[in-house]
Amino acid sequence: MKFTLSWLKQHLVTEASLDEILTVLTRIGLEVESVEDKAADLKAFTVGYVREAVQHPNADKLRVCQVETAGGNVEVVCGAPNARAGIKVAFAAVGSVIPATGLELKAGAIRGVVSNGMLCSSRELKLGDDHDGIMELPADAVVGAPIADVLGLGDPVIDISITPNRGDCNGVAGVARDLAAAGLGHIVTPEVAEITGTFPSPIKTAIADNAAPLFEGRLIRGVKNGPSPAWVQNRLRAVGLRPISALVDVTNLLSLDRARPLHVFDADTLTGNLTARFAKEGEVLVALDSKTYTLDTETVVIADDAAARGIAGVMGGLETGCTEKTVNVFVEAALFEPIRVAAAGRKLSINSDARYRYERGVDPEFNRKGLDLATALILEWCGGEASEVVSAGAIPAWRREIKFDPALVLKLSGVDLPVADVLCILGDLGCTVTGAFPFTVTPPSWRPDIHGAADLVEEVTRIHGLDNIPSTALPRVNAVTKPGLTLAQRRAREARRSLAGRGLVEAVTNSFIPRAHAALFGGGDESMQLANPISAELDAMRPNVLPSLIAAASRNAARGLVPSHLFEVGPAFAGTGDADQPTVATGLRAGTSARQWRGAAFAPDVFAAKADALALIESLGGPVGNLTVWTDAPSWYHPGRSGQLKLGPKTVVARFGELHPAVLEAMDLKAPTAAFEVFLDAIPLPKAKPTKTKAALVLSDYPAVERDFAFLVADRVAAGDVVKAAAGADKVLIAGVDVFDVYAGKGVAEGHKSLAIAVRLQPKDRTLTDAEIDVVGQKIVAAVTKATGGTLRA
Amino acid sequence: MTDIPLLETELLGRIAAAEDDAALEAARVHALGKKGVVSELLKTLGALSPDERKTSGPAFNALRDRVAGAIADKKAGLAAAALQYRLETERVDVTLPAVPFPFDPGAGRIHPVSQVTDELIAIFADMGFNLAEGPDIERDDYNFTMLNIPPEHPARQMHDTFYLTAREDGSRPVLRTHTSPVQIRTMLTQKPPIRIIVPGRTYRSDSDQTHTPMFHQIEGLVIDESTHMGHLKWVLEEFCKAFFEVPNVKMRFRASHFPFTEPSAEVDIQCDRSGDVVKFGEGSDWLEILGCGMVHPKVIANCGLDPEKYQGFAFGCGIDRLAMLKYGLPDLRAFFDSDLRWLKHYGFSVLEQPSLATGLTR
Repeated sequence: MKFTLSWLKQHLVTEASLDEILTVLTRIGLEVESVEDKAADLKAFTVGYVREAVQHPNADKLRVCQVETAGGNVEVVCGAPNARAGIKVAFAAVGSVIPATGLELKAGAIRGVVSNGMLCSSRELKLGDDHDGIMELPADAVVGAPIADVLGLGDPVIDISITPNRGDCNGVAGVARDLAAAGLGHIVTPEVAEITGTFPSPIKTAIADNAAPLFEGRLIRGVKNGPSPAWVQNRLRAVGLRPISALVDVTNLLSLDRARPLHVFDADTLTGNLTARFAKEGEVLVALDSKTYTLDTETVVIADDAAARGIAGVMGGLETGCTEKTVNVFVEAALFEPIRVAAAGRKLSINSDARYRYERGVDPEFNRKGLDLATALILEWCGGEASEVVSAGAIPAWRREIKFDPALVLKLSGVDLPVADVLCILGDLGCTVTGAFPFTVTPPSWRPDIHGAADLVEEVTRIHGLDNIPSTALPRVNAVTKPGLTLAQRRAREARRSLAGRGLVEAVTNSFIPRAHAALFGGGDESMQLANPISAELDAMRPNVLPSLIAAASRNAARGLVPSHLFEVGPAFAGTGDADQPTVATGLRAGTSARQWRGAAFAPDVFAAKADALALIESLGGPVGNLTVWTDAPSWYHPGRSGQLKLGPKTVVARFGELHPAVLEAMDLKAPTAAFEVFLDAIPLPKAKPTKTKAALVLSDYPAVERDFAFLVADRVAAGDVVKAAAGADKVLIAGVDVFDVYAGKGVAEGHKSLAIAVRLQPKDRTLTDAEIDVVGQKIVAAVTKATGGTLRA
Repeated sequence: MTDIPLLETELLGRIAAAEDDAALEAARVHALGKKGVVSELLKTLGALSPDERKTSGPAFNALRDRVAGAIADKKAGLAAAALQYRLETERVDVTLPAVPFPFDPGAGRIHPVSQVTDELIAIFADMGFNLAEGPDIERDDYNFTMLNIPPEHPARQMHDTFYLTAREDGSRPVLRTHTSPVQIRTMLTQKPPIRIIVPGRTYRSDSDQTHTPMFHQIEGLVIDESTHMGHLKWVLEEFCKAFFEVPNVKMRFRASHFPFTEPSAEVDIQCDRSGDVVKFGEGSDWLEILGCGMVHPKVIANCGLDPEKYQGFAFGCGIDRLAMLKYGLPDLRAFFDSDLRWLKHYGFSVLEQPSLATGLTR
């Protein structure tokens, strides 16, 4: 909310400087957004009088002026066409900084004539765009006076932001009250005198169906509407409002000054009486903003006997508004339910000063006073004769009694304030305090936000100053810090460092993606759509992190940045329930590796993705040995080059593989891409053990031997099955089985392949003889043949 | 007269028999090419009487459309079959051992958001805070109502909430606008004393240089029988010193309003913004960094705890904003764009794991 310093001082007598006022405003929760202080900006510029202006001896377009200033007579060379004797000007002395350029003015000779200052144009002082000549000040301006005063710019404009609980501070008087409570002076807001009407108002007010609590008003007849007084217009302009006419300006002034919205009708445009009622479905109204609004039955309107004439608490109607020609004016002062005003304003998308104030709460006790104050101003500015007040409804009950023990201030805030100080602050804020311990506090009518004892503590600490709360060490719970994370919680951060350690770069991407992308990854359901997306590109909750990363790789490729090796550890959204948001460590390698002098570039493939997934699971302590490889990865993977790693038949711990060509095409990523998804929550947590002891390590002193076997197997036989069969052939001796060659082609029958494995035998209690090794070898061959139908290659 | 059904059967037979793109193209030329049989048929329309044209015209055109449709379908079918064939022939044995991509471990990076989150956890864990989490898709009552923000409250408008499509039961899930609903979730399930921090994704419908529709917040909550605002100040002061790694931070506590705290405050830190980078512990500017306050008694009561017995504080702070301030990152939007150059430049090495024992940063 904007107001000027002099406006504030109409309500507050204070010795405080502007800076002190600003500091206190911010401290007590009325945060200063900005302050425009032209007086300070223009302090260096004073009124000068040009006594003489003669042609410069060496330049056609320059004049040499003798200027009378605060510091005596000064010679100034000036190039302005209007520089002439007898005018008052804005003089800048040597050493002042010109606002428009930020440069300091220096003394110097211009074409051989000394110049000791400058006569300024309005553009140079940032007061306008005029640069055709220097500013000419009024003839009665006093030499040496600050030009800001002469121009009426001496009044700083303060803009503060008001939190939604402080409806009372949407008026200058309320701001002043808070400042006075904070010790910055005392309140001099005049009491509002009651105005007795001289005749009954021919227009009555009524309330239908409890549409509003209170609806008052009165007719003022015989007014002459015209411009409001200059001080009012200046005040409104200073805070960014356009003066319209005396009758309209009255309402704007009281809205800003007292947070009291009012409305003025041209009484001659009304038909019969006024009623606050709910709108009829589809009722139409042209409001003061000239827009046509269609209303519904939850919106309250002010209607005459013919039609709706205003949206209650939001905006008046165009047809019945006051104009220059208005002679009889009906002034409306009412209370409306904040929630109804808020709902109406939101539905109709109208943001008005009235709505803003009503939805934050207006002072119910100031309804009649606001009406009387408006009446007084209208009578003063426009003449006329006021009727008696017509009133429907009643002031709703607002008194609340709060039991309050001042000790709560210390308990909640840590500030040890004497009880007298606590009560004094509450009193200054308008609270009534009665009784003894615990006190009974009644907050004032303008503070609907104060409900409980904690609210009172807030008021006390706010006014006392939060900076005065002493810092108090929070007691340590344990001498040595205990872990703040559970094992499950550690996983996400460990996954990040594990993946980054594999050369992958962490991305953090949006949780929402285009619906078309979501559909490619098993999502795109209506239930996972945003009702109000910020753009069509960000309208669906992602069912999977991969589309985010593919889009990122695609963007990077468009910038010539390939390959993209990216990962993200973040949420995927399977549904809207609490358990539908698994944390997934997802990564992709898009594009072949950079060329290098040794060896060929490497294209990412299913085995690289598998390696990434397995390495991550292993680094997180997952049971890699128990995982089985399944070939049933979902549709976004290449069906023949992808797999799932499962624990048992159901629990999918990870997926890996090359992405489906159709998905890459749809998402415009041309590089070969392999990806993995590891479901961190699916990796079982280690069992809790009584000690941290690791399993004992038993090392054999006898040499291990390695034997190679090449099997001819059908194409469809999985290498994993061969390895599994071989490993199971002798569980005591066989310590490891590795595939080291796969071959199909010349020398191998069509539809078959040669699979070579190396088997490591590790005896524990003796050195193996050749005969023993042969026996194991035969067992291995038999086991592989039985499991896969393969034969030992000759 | 041409026997249209017979011709159609013949043409569709040719199309169906095409085994590859070339054969299909030949079938298309035969039917719809310049001199194709259907094209020739259409040319005869001009010579027909108006009455004949009335019946033959639509018939011929419908034939052309059906043939063209069959060709398009066949084309798609062939493409799908080709893709199917390709996928089939590209099949590999995925049970074969994994072969790591030849990576450079030094090329990896940790995103600034993750890094700063780890720093925050290190600091707050030392002060006895435990990590708590909650879902991004949140219930309206946890995000608002139980935090003392009733429907139509002006404070809701300040949140620029994203809503999901309404469920069948009429409830409308929201994307959490702050991490505060985890206060509710925690107090509903744990008995005090509670000390938690909640880092996580949050969402508001807003976008400019310092706002993105998704951003990150960290929430702090302490609930016990005696913690007051003095403790809150101490915690925040110690946190700022530790996080910004400066011996002193001057902070300013301004009264403010949040529906879920009472008293409420916003906190500014003193800094010097005169140069290209923000310097803390000096200068004459104030920079807002967080909102905080004593948990509102209604919020405590909403969670089934006795507000006469339990009290404590909460604070909420933007993680991205902290990262921007500490590391001089100019534009929040770039955080989530995944430009490799940005990630490499502003990202962190794996080894820079924040720890109070070794120092938060190098």
